[in-house]
Amino acid sequence: MPETDRRPGSRRQASRRVTLGGIPAWVAAVAVIGALLIVVPIVSLATRVDWAHFGSLITSESSLAALALSLRTSVASTALCVILGVPLALVLARTSFPGKRILRALILLPLVLPPVVGGIALLAAFGRRGLLGAPLEVLGVTIAFSAVAVVLAQTFVALPFLVLSLEAALRAAGSRYEAVASTLGASPSTVFRRVTLPLVLPGLVTGAVLAFARALGEFGATLTFAGSLEGVTRTLPLEIYLQRETDPEAAVALALVLVVVAVIVMVVTYGRREIR
Amino acid sequence: MSRRPLVAILALAGVATLLAGCASPSTGSGNGSSESGSETSATPVVEQTLTVFAAASLKDTFTELATEFEESHPGVTVSLNFAGSADLVSQVTEGAPADIVAFADEKNMAKLTDAGLIDGTPELFASNTLEIAVPPGNPRGITSFRDLAKPGAKVVVCAAQVPCGSATVKIEEATGITLTPVSEESAVTDVLGKVSSGEADAGLVYVTDVEAAGDTVEGVTFPESSGAVNTYPIGVVAASTLPELASEFSALVTGADGQKILAAAGFAKP
Amino acid sequence: MSLDVRAVVEPGRLDVSFTLGEGETLAVLGPNGAGKSTLLDVLSGLVRPDSGHVRLDGTTLVSMAGGERDSWVAPHARGIALLAQEALLFPHLSVRDNVAFGPRSAGVDRAEARRIAERWLRRVDATGLADQRPRRLSGGQAQRVAVARALATEPRLLLLDEPFGALDAGVAPAMRRLLAEVLAERAVVIVTHDPLDALALADRVIVLDEGRIVEEGPTREVLLNPRTEFTRLLTFGLGTI
Repeated sequence: MPETDRRPGSRRQASRRVTLGGIPAWVAAVAVIGALLIVVPIVSLATRVDWAHFGSLITSESSLAALALSLRTSVASTALCVILGVPLALVLARTSFPGKRILRALILLPLVLPPVVGGIALLAAFGRRGLLGAPLEVLGVTIAFSAVAVVLAQTFVALPFLVLSLEAALRAAGSRYEAVASTLGASPSTVFRRVTLPLVLPGLVTGAVLAFARALGEFGATLTFAGSLEGVTRTLPLEIYLQRETDPEAAVALALVLVVVAVIVMVVTYGRREIR
Repeated sequence: MSRRPLVAILALAGVATLLAGCASPSTGSGNGSSESGSETSATPVVEQTLTVFAAASLKDTFTELATEFEESHPGVTVSLNFAGSADLVSQVTEGAPADIVAFADEKNMAKLTDAGLIDGTPELFASNTLEIAVPPGNPRGITSFRDLAKPGAKVVVCAAQVPCGSATVKIEEATGITLTPVSEESAVTDVLGKVSSGEADAGLVYVTDVEAAGDTVEGVTFPESSGAVNTYPIGVVAASTLPELASEFSALVTGADGQKILAAAGFAKP
Repeated sequence: MSLDVRAVVEPGRLDVSFTLGEGETLAVLGPNGAGKSTLLDVLSGLVRPDSGHVRLDGTTLVSMAGGERDSWVAPHARGIALLAQEALLFPHLSVRDNVAFGPRSAGVDRAEARRIAERWLRRVDATGLADQRPRRLSGGQAQRVAVARALATEPRLLLLDEPFGALDAGVAPAMRRLLAEVLAERAVVIVTHDPLDALALADRVIVLDEGRIVEEGPTREVLLNPRTEFTRLLTFGLGTI
């Protein structure tokens, strides 16, 4: 049911007017400042762009390679995040076992760690002399300096976003429908497939979008763990970092591209559902 | 009735932002409280801060020189800012308050002189050449520049856009040996990091970097390195409020003391 | 004997023992917190008793004696359907797909499952709702569909948890009539705090107080001639009318 303004004398639907919805004016004022803090720098970025050469700047060979690599790896990492994150979120939301709290804290650690630290940790695990990397090296498999390393780095930092978002949705949904489904004869796998997943799909999509955005912008862990080679490991953020050395205009132009891609992804996913 | 809340919000937000703007503290008012005993001199000591922007490769040497300068100039604090040369150039161009700048190559300095931001002519005070860095034990047995092109060797270099990278490209062209690195880093530190951790079999960095890295890497010099020499310039910033002090610091760097310290770190004469 | 139950849960929460014949409907009366819902959870398999057993039509669903012969059948394999106070229709499926859910989960193919669904929707007089989404249904309509959904699984035992609790007063009588019709031929345990439901639907009654059975017997017997003060109060002194 649409919310109608309760104030006397106003009968129109509250869809086009500006309404406070009950919050104090000063709270809204502070919110405006908060929004400006984010919006102003981004708008300023747009004013810095050399629009005359924008086209040539972003279509250079290295720029296109970086963009293509970024999109490829981010999509792969998001897929990996979904595959691993859904079971993880389910376990955290629905099961109970000793040490669960510690596990959750560990899973959410990449949110707090500086990405470079994440990169160092990934090296310690998968680098040539790493815990898992050393035996893999013996088998002839090297992960560092490859696109696989990029995907791993991105997944490492993006997974917590998906898990967090999905776990919250699972908790909110509760497990009543699952209980009913099992009394109707559905096996746990069927319940998962036909009841759990469809019910938390919005939360899953939100989590996936957040994970994608985080993966797209990942820099520190990628640089430390995967290295920087055009077309192989030099994602867009790394390309921007490099371009700053000689061609700041190109760096600014590419930065704007990254912003636009992120905005498009967000708007397409968030815009379609709910809360207007 | 519906306009009121909107106007109120914008007004409040505007006022708050203005207040925040007025309250921003003025930068660099020279509060450097120097501990160099001011009780010994009878004349009152003037507190001054000299801001030096220097390339990352000059970190150890300039820190030492800064301490020497502070000792010989009571009341003066030398504030050091180390970063990639290109970063420093953009900082200065944006108006960051620097008195002296020292870069890892002449190209970057040229950007500032061309813009009229440097007082007079910059002086060259050191030069640096490339050296091969390998992990301790040299697992791949790299002994020459040619060895870097060995199949299966994981070599990490600087990207061409960075001074040490352009030097690498010059040597590649001069020798006719093209390297296929697994990574082209934007900072020398990252190259060194990958070598010392054993991720890479070899990396191309500066002689001074190998010196500074101590036992974490081993160095392999190669004759072809003389084909690409990076010369380091130092200059006084035109907008500096302490031009004389800045010149004195510059003199220290180009003088005997400075040259000795630089040589000890591996730098060659300009 | 169709249902044989002996269950103890967390000392104090439940301690009961009873049987149910084939096609019999048993009402479980008692105030809130008496353990009625816990009993249903034990029967459906959503809660494991600390000790005791549940046997249905000769199959042991639970047996907890603390020894190596413990056994437990998961809820989805028990053939027991649960109808709760809230209809809990799957919001992302149409009414028809909701009713077809049980048969589909049992492996019935889509076309056959739809036929079964439509048959049960006819039975509960809800055919017109088949293509609707659950959120468009009224409380009474939803509950009707829930009945169809539960019965479509052809359960050996049907559990009803306060089925009229969330319905408007005007709708309850129609629901009661519907249930009286469809419950006639199967074993049912219905939990309620309203003795009228028991009178209308149940063959036998047990009265729970703080997890224990304080009275049991044929419905009319217990309700019209309560032996304990507790039951008398619970049944609003129906017997004195």
